[in-house]
Amino acid sequence: MKRNYGRAYAAPEALWLTFFFAAPLAIIVAYSFCKRDLYGGVLPQLSLDAYRSLANPTLIAVAWRTLWVSLAATVITILIALPCGYSIARSGNQAMRLFLIIVPFWTNFIIRVYAWIAILGNEGFVNDVLRAIGLTTDSVQFLYNQGAVILVLVYMYLPYAILPLFSTIDKFDFNLLEAARDLGATRMQALRKILIPNIRGGLVTAVLFTFIPIFGAYAVPLLVGGKDSYMLGNVIADQVTKTRNWPLASSISMGVTVLTGIAAILYAVVSKRSTHHVIEESGIGPVSATAGIPSGGQA
Amino acid sequence: MKGSDVTVSGISKSFDAFKALKGVSLEIKKGEFFSLLGPSGCGKTTLLRVIAGFEEPDSGLVGIDGRDVSGLPPDKRRCNTVFQSYALFPHLTVFENVAFPLRLRRVPNRLVRELVAKHLNLVQLEAHADKKPSMLSGGQKQRVAIARALINEPSVLLLDEPLSALDAKLRQRMLVELDAIHDKVGITFIYVTHDQQEALSVSDRIAVMDQGNVLQIGSPQQIYENPASDFVARFIGETNLFTGVVRSREGGFAMVDAQGLGEILVEANGEAPVGARVSVAVRPEKIRIGADAPGPHEELNVFRGLVEEPIYSGFQTKYLIHLPGGGAITVFRQHANWSEGVPDIRWKDEVYLSWSARDSVVVESDARIVSSAASAK
Repeated sequence: MKRNYGRAYAAPEALWLTFFFAAPLAIIVAYSFCKRDLYGGVLPQLSLDAYRSLANPTLIAVAWRTLWVSLAATVITILIALPCGYSIARSGNQAMRLFLIIVPFWTNFIIRVYAWIAILGNEGFVNDVLRAIGLTTDSVQFLYNQGAVILVLVYMYLPYAILPLFSTIDKFDFNLLEAARDLGATRMQALRKILIPNIRGGLVTAVLFTFIPIFGAYAVPLLVGGKDSYMLGNVIADQVTKTRNWPLASSISMGVTVLTGIAAILYAVVSKRSTHHVIEESGIGPVSATAGIPSGGQA
Repeated sequence: MKGSDVTVSGISKSFDAFKALKGVSLEIKKGEFFSLLGPSGCGKTTLLRVIAGFEEPDSGLVGIDGRDVSGLPPDKRRCNTVFQSYALFPHLTVFENVAFPLRLRRVPNRLVRELVAKHLNLVQLEAHADKKPSMLSGGQKQRVAIARALINEPSVLLLDEPLSALDAKLRQRMLVELDAIHDKVGITFIYVTHDQQEALSVSDRIAVMDQGNVLQIGSPQQIYENPASDFVARFIGETNLFTGVVRSREGGFAMVDAQGLGEILVEANGEAPVGARVSVAVRPEKIRIGADAPGPHEELNVFRGLVEEPIYSGFQTKYLIHLPGGGAITVFRQHANWSEGVPDIRWKDEVYLSWSARDSVVVESDARIVSSAASAK
């Protein structure tokens, strides 16, 4: 009998998770139950003050906005990613098209957000074109509103939705669509009743991979949003860097973590009930996806 | 008969530079079990997909019951397909797979249950209604595919190599069942296969295809006994093909000087004038093999040769006999009873071969025969 070193092989990941996931999370949990120190930091005294101040109307309004912006951005992302993934899976040169999807990752996240400012800004490319063809004399205000935030969020997270959708659609047996057509289904019926249920695993992964980081978005609303597009990520950042209320920042973070965690688990369970074994097939389970929540995504 | 007749006229279809179908025409009768037989790449599956509506032909028409259906999408045609890969929906149970076409038409639940039960009964799968396709064996999946294709009560059932994924024993059983189902539902079956044995055993008529053309259409007997070309003769069963020149004619017979063999007497009905280059086919099981010379008979071809490769396979032995002229002949000897099963003919034995002139047929001669005869030498 060979000895089983399975546990030993897991050591690097265990270390990584301990230092960069479990420990920071524990610190946030601990801070959220502490009293605030006036100039940042915490006083080591047990207190529920941070959680009491969550019941603040402004904070709740931001939370609602964060929720609907995230939902809207996720839905739009998936609606674009589905046909994209489908066409890549059915195309002759998958490698080239996948490469093109991944190319933007070579550029830094923040720089890509600034690129959008260069495109949509008052002196940006689109306004230049509009002025050149005489549609406007003034410049059109594209930036610093909810629409701009959603647009850039969709752009940022589209690849994360396209890739898992592509990989499940690629494994899909397209004969099934022909069979459905043969049996009397229209093109749309075949896609809805046969394709969608069979790629549910990829769909779940795509939704989680976009919704969770978008819910914790921070840089995008800060750079292309206006006063009314603040999201929870921005509130947390402000509490840490400006107001210096670390316990409150921690308790909001806990709220975000718990909410997205519950949402992710619910969504995974619901879609698992309607078709089993799809989540395992997608190769990326919901658990590993939720592990990314506290980081809040970006930058 | 409940089925429809299917008319295919002048269908051509190319995929880039590859011509899959070169002006194919067929008339398939109501209720017929019609097979499209040919090697892979001959265009048979493409033709089936054109009839089903999955492929748009470059030219030509498809008619069902005299109505032109060219341009209609698959869901608007009264034919259903049994796919080679079965194409069962993995997320649905056997019941829901079979019920799928009914659900699309929003058939009331009670009727769905009744119809699905009837069709599962037809393929003997009632006990497996609640299973997912992944839990079924190959043969069971095949049955589900057949039940699902029949539930819309199509007038034509298209079967694309439905048995190719099954093992030999199961294939035989499914073939018998397919035949029984055909008798029961009475609709037109169009059956695509590369297996000549399958086609011979169930078809009313067979179209033999090669390189996008139909080479011969006929009953299994016609195709086996009177192949129209060397390709058909070679593709259907095993055969001995000789090329030669017609030396003389007498009544329904011709004397052919065959390469590597010498003079043989063959049946020839008009198509072989003196001096013509022809090829002659003789089925291995029609040739008698023995240690002694047969008695004299005017229509008999007799040759002496050396046994090279006896291959024993239980019910028969296959011999390859080398002739002094350089040719070789394959012979099957059936082990009809115990004494004939005894291998009294051994390697390097000298034997007599004989066959009747009526069992050697002239088939169309073309360039391919000449080249293959040359390479055989």
